[in-house]
Amino acid sequence: MVYLTRKAEFSASHFYNNPKLSPEENQRIFGKCNNPHGHGHNYTLEVTVAGKVDDRSGFVMDLKQLKEIMNREVIEGLDHRHLNQEVPEFRDNIPTTENLAIAIWNRLAGKLNGAKLHRVRVYETDDLFVDVYGEP
Amino acid sequence: MKAHLTRRYKFSASHRLHSPEFSAERNQEIYGKCNNPYGHGHNYKVEVTVSGQPDPATGMICNLADLDGFVERVVMPRFEFSNLNELDAFRDVVPTTENLSRELFHLFRSQFQLATVEKVRIEETMLNSFEYAGGRELGRQ
Repeated sequence: MVYLTRKAEFSASHFYNNPKLSPEENQRIFGKCNNPHGHGHNYTLEVTVAGKVDDRSGFVMDLKQLKEIMNREVIEGLDHRHLNQEVPEFRDNIPTTENLAIAIWNRLAGKLNGAKLHRVRVYETDDLFVDVYGEP
Repeated sequence: MKAHLTRRYKFSASHRLHSPEFSAERNQEIYGKCNNPYGHGHNYKVEVTVSGQPDPATGMICNLADLDGFVERVVMPRFEFSNLNELDAFRDVVPTTENLSRELFHLFRSQFQLATVEKVRIEETMLNSFEYAGGRELGRQ
């Protein structure tokens, strides 16, 4: 088994707010991230696929295809978007890095031309990242 | 879906690697420059990984402000600008970064109760890093 990781970057804005909670409670839990006008990040996405190396091509997966799939499924919908306003997964779901990584996993799982998605890692900043492995 | 969140911190501290189990010559042989009796320092980078299901109400495994607050309140006062050899934890334990990663893992595990602490990873320099997950083998993280 060989693990292949491809990176991509996207920039997006978001804010954290739970409409079921009072403004004071939202402010207490989310602090600065509760600013209703939002704020943004340069996110870095790392997608790791796992597989056997094909004898003929020497590839686990064609990187060009992986790049295209990541662009089509993830980057086009998220780059330079407001996550709360424009991305369907966050209509009723707070766009934390945890939920963003899970949403990206769900967008990619089963769409990698038969390659096995191993890990999605999303860096919100250099000092904060989330990994998901599709564990229930 | 389960998520694993990693937060990165840094602190500076000094240490000297010396074991009373060995002679002065043997210490010099094993630890080399790190055996300098006056010690030396590093800018340690510490990564702590917590895991769990994001809370539907907040989207978070645990509130980052709580994790940052814990580090600010409990970890930093103990380690930032310290001489590791002076700390209780290293009275009888050589303050290698292997042992530092175990110490920090146990500190997080025993005192940070708001999420499952999975792993501590420490970069001693840009060229050395150490990971400890409570003795568990590293797989999915």
